[in-house]
Amino acid sequence: MDPKAVHGFVGNKLSFSEVTPRDGIRMAAEMAPEDVVAIIGASGLRGRGGAGFPTGKKWEFARGQEGSPKYIICNADEGEPGTFKDRLILTDFPELVFAGMAIAGRAVGAEFGILYLRAEYGWLREHLDAALERCRVANTLGNNILGASDFSFDISIRMGSGAYVCGEETALLESLEGRRGDARNRIPFPVQAGYLGKPTVVNNVETLAWVPCIMVKGPSWFAAMGTRKAPGAWLFCVSGDCKRPGIYEYPFGTSLRQILSDVGAENAKAVQVGGASGTCVPPAQFDRTMTPGDLATGGSIIVFGPGQDMFAVAENFQHFFCDESCGQCIPCRLGNQRMLEAIGRMRKDGLTVDGERNVRQLAQTMTVASKCGLGQMSARAFLSILNNFSGELPGHV
Amino acid sequence: MDSELITVTIDGKEVKVIPGTTVLEAARTAGIHIPTLCHHDDLCSEALYQQTASTPHQGEHSHQHEESAMLSTPSSCRICLVEVEGLPKLHASCALPIHNAMTVRTTSTAIRHARRDILELMMSEHYGDCFACARNGTCELQKLCADYGVTSERFGRPHEPLFEKAEIGNIIVRDQNKCILCRRCVRMCALYQGVYALTTEGRGDHSRIATFMGKEMKDATCINCGQCINRCPTGALTERDDTDAVWHAIEDPDKMVVIQTAPAPRAAIGEMFGCEPGTPLTFQMNTALKRVGFDKVFDTNFSADLTILEEGSELISRLYKALVLKDNTAALPQFTSCSPGWIKFIEHFYPKYLPNLSSAKSPQQMMGAVLKTYFAEKNGWDPSKIVSVSLMPCTAKKFEAARPEMDASGYRDVDYALTTRELGRMFKQAGIELPKLDKTPFDDPFGTPTGSGVIFGATGGVMEAALRTVFEIVTGEKVESVFDHADIKPVRGFDGVRMAELTISKVGPVPEILSHLVPDFEWLKGATLRVGLAHGTVNAIRVMKDIEEGGPLSQCHFIEFMACPGGCLGGGGQPIPTDREIRAARAKAIYSEDATYVVRKSHENEDVLRIYREFFKEGPCSHKSHELLHTHYKERV
Ligand SMILES: Cc1cc2nc3c(=O)[nH]c(=O)nc-3n(C[C@H](O)[C@H](O)[C@H](O)COP(=O)(O)O)c2cc1C
Ligand code: SF4
Ligand code: SF4
Ligand code: SF4
Ligand code: SF4
Ligand code: FES
Repeated sequence: MDPKAVHGFVGNKLSFSEVTPRDGIRMAAEMAPEDVVAIIGASGLRGRGGAGFPTGKKWEFARGQEGSPKYIICNADEGEPGTFKDRLILTDFPELVFAGMAIAGRAVGAEFGILYLRAEYGWLREHLDAALERCRVANTLGNNILGASDFSFDISIRMGSGAYVCGEETALLESLEGRRGDARNRIPFPVQAGYLGKPTVVNNVETLAWVPCIMVKGPSWFAAMGTRKAPGAWLFCVSGDCKRPGIYEYPFGTSLRQILSDVGAENAKAVQVGGASGTCVPPAQFDRTMTPGDLATGGSIIVFGPGQDMFAVAENFQHFFCDESCGQCIPCRLGNQRMLEAIGRMRKDGLTVDGERNVRQLAQTMTVASKCGLGQMSARAFLSILNNFSGELPGHV
Repeated sequence: MDSELITVTIDGKEVKVIPGTTVLEAARTAGIHIPTLCHHDDLCSEALYQQTASTPHQGEHSHQHEESAMLSTPSSCRICLVEVEGLPKLHASCALPIHNAMTVRTTSTAIRHARRDILELMMSEHYGDCFACARNGTCELQKLCADYGVTSERFGRPHEPLFEKAEIGNIIVRDQNKCILCRRCVRMCALYQGVYALTTEGRGDHSRIATFMGKEMKDATCINCGQCINRCPTGALTERDDTDAVWHAIEDPDKMVVIQTAPAPRAAIGEMFGCEPGTPLTFQMNTALKRVGFDKVFDTNFSADLTILEEGSELISRLYKALVLKDNTAALPQFTSCSPGWIKFIEHFYPKYLPNLSSAKSPQQMMGAVLKTYFAEKNGWDPSKIVSVSLMPCTAKKFEAARPEMDASGYRDVDYALTTRELGRMFKQAGIELPKLDKTPFDDPFGTPTGSGVIFGATGGVMEAALRTVFEIVTGEKVESVFDHADIKPVRGFDGVRMAELTISKVGPVPEILSHLVPDFEWLKGATLRVGLAHGTVNAIRVMKDIEEGGPLSQCHFIEFMACPGGCLGGGGQPIPTDREIRAARAKAIYSEDATYVVRKSHENEDVLRIYREFFKEGPCSHKSHELLHTHYKERV
């Protein structure tokens, strides 16, 4: 394995540093839009925002929509606990992200892009505006990009509202339109009726950054990095109880054990993969691999060392969801509160048969009945801790 | 057409629907009931497209997409969940549009468990005692908890209130301990009323319903219309309860307790006693009122007719001033002034147009003023001993009754304004089974019922009554010569904004009663009288915008505004639930009552003519009538 790490032990060496964004745009400008969609589709690129949806498919849907204008939105709300890769990409490779957005615009027939920037990243604003200006001067943004008469695209930056849920794409759209960041119903999907009711592609920063790379180096270059089932590479943010925290690029199919050994966390007691919405993996499962369908991730890996109280960890996550739920739907708003109380009782009095049945039933309801991904995934961390670490509860023999 | 229909299978039944129909609606067509809480029929997109169009005017958020986004059901309670074959998880049927053939299950163990969990979660932060709750029996949450066998075992119940009660602008009482955050109130206030008094604040466990710009509840910019109450599924919103004070007055032997009853409650109060909507119980109600101890029962129709004479005369004299005397202080179009929600609305949002408001008091206040003067004098009663109570379909009437200026006689025109719901409760407390009672007529001297007063209860009613009178006074002809049965159909209906025209082809002599206002009617000969109507204050915004832009409504002479959707029959004090069908049934009852009366025109009401002979001797809009029957308005922030 050859992880390309930042702040890690191999030095700043990501695939992104090998590509000139302008080249990607030039290729797209010289191509028919449907060919751009086809290339991204063939690469097998999947969304890096957490859900892992195939990007080519998303663009194809958007391309097929009749409404106009269409919009490309870059989701730079990066709120998942333990993720900081988008910040790095925006700092070091902003032109790559803008190129990805322009190429997406070319592919689906959109001329306007918005970058929704996490409120806490406000200090990046000036840097990004300057980069946008450079792109306009270089004509990789603006009218008739690189001389193509039918290729115009520009981007504006909008600040986020400081809520985790605003990273969820429909809440993000509400927030962009000036309302509370409450998640919308997911039918219709944003590609059908998104920003201002128009067809809208929402992609993560990293997803978009890969796009010009794939254009330049070709879909097979990208695919060859991973496995047959899961082509490509991914950025992982490793934090917690490890010797070398940082951002690492790994191909798909890498095992968790491998990553832990690279970052100096061989003695980990548990690893939270995928942030607060993810799952907590015990040592017995460290051979699982980073692959959609196995350990899908939003790029966050949090290591818990031997000294951690796993139910305190669970309580912490649940607390996060109580605060961060947008508050509109009952299973999430109240489910998380009752779940938090139940964990507190469990930590004090141990687990009863009834108690366990009740929390599992509640978790089930939160999962199937919540309106958006936040509520649907907010019991996951706790359930995986309950499944693997119930021995830590008092009264357990 | 048929080929465009989509077939869905719901619980094994096949239904054909037009694309975009929600699963909830499709299930209803198939006769399958799915429980709902955050959904309300008035707040689904179809109803809203019919009722509203316009932009909010308060605050920043005024771009057009606002509405279309708010139109969609929030689908936040999740109680209406169903299973869809091929899709993971459960889906909110109220917000699931059908675009392809699908197979749906509305009941299964998973669904039942989820629904019960949701209800138990709601109850885990619900503090309230059903027995002591105004919504006991009409509470949607209570009913579902019973249906799903909800217990407090798993998630517990609060043992003390989590929130303090608050009043919104003194009239609307909000008990957040019973709030399930369904936002029906927020949406109603914004989408039908255009007031935006309420909003959702905070995230996660701090979410709550608050006021626009974070004002204290009591300082909220609210027009007291009560429409939020009528849409609230629980007892979280109620009106200020004045029944104790009224009981107290009834039991005081020194007091003469008089009640006037408005037209709209009659067509609705039966709903509280198991009757079908649209069952008029006017005269049974009189019996019941006597039985609970009111000394006199008068018909607000009397003062509605009085209002028409005052307001109609005011219109004629304004038209004369503006058209003949070229006096530009006579503001046109004249706006009606009998809906106190509308009055507060214009005072807050369009104060520039206060001169356009008719200065005539509303029928409630006119009746009150006449009771403590003319009636007291005539019967030798001490006005200080009269307790003037009104039965109104309206919560805003409480505010109107309490306006400081409403005491020109030296006494409060109206001491207590009860809603239909409050009176229904009083009847229940007195063990009265309303539908079973005999009929009793109204008390004289205000007992002659006229149809024109009755139709005040429906949107368009005031206008129709005014047109009947103005037309006949001006032309000396019967209105039947133009409109069959004197039914002025163009002003009826439920469209949010309506306009109508009436040409005055000939004129007659000025009747004695108006001779102090105009010398003749020649100047009206051949004129076309243009009138407009709006109900639900969001439609008032449409009208005001059109006037500001110099559109067709600015060319009107007279415009009727009703704060509540449907007019008074849809008032905020009416029985719950409400929806378009219920309001239509109430309207039908009101118009058929009108049709049964012998006297259907205000200026033919003998009692009204007598009061001008005996008391307001100088006629409508004269000095004395101005003192007692007219008022003024003020700008509010
Ligand atoms: C609660 C919640 C928070 C999310 N936060 C983010 C985020 O911060 N950044 C992001 O790119 N996607 C986030 N997502 C995922 C987005 O909804 C969306 O799937 C993603 O932006 C699509 O881009 P992709 O296809 O490129 O992954 C979040 C989803 C949920 C349910
Ligand atoms: S699941 Fe949570 S965050 Fe999502 S809509 Fe419901 S309350 Fe809001
Ligand atoms: S709101 Fe409903 S459930 Fe709550 S106390 Fe009132 S009737 Fe009972
Ligand atoms: S009474 Fe009317 S204006 Fe006031 S909050 Fe309720 S709906 Fe809004
Ligand atoms: S006050 Fe009533 S209508 Fe408003 S959110 Fe609460 S429960 Fe719903
Ligand atoms: S009624 Fe459908 S989610 Fe509330």
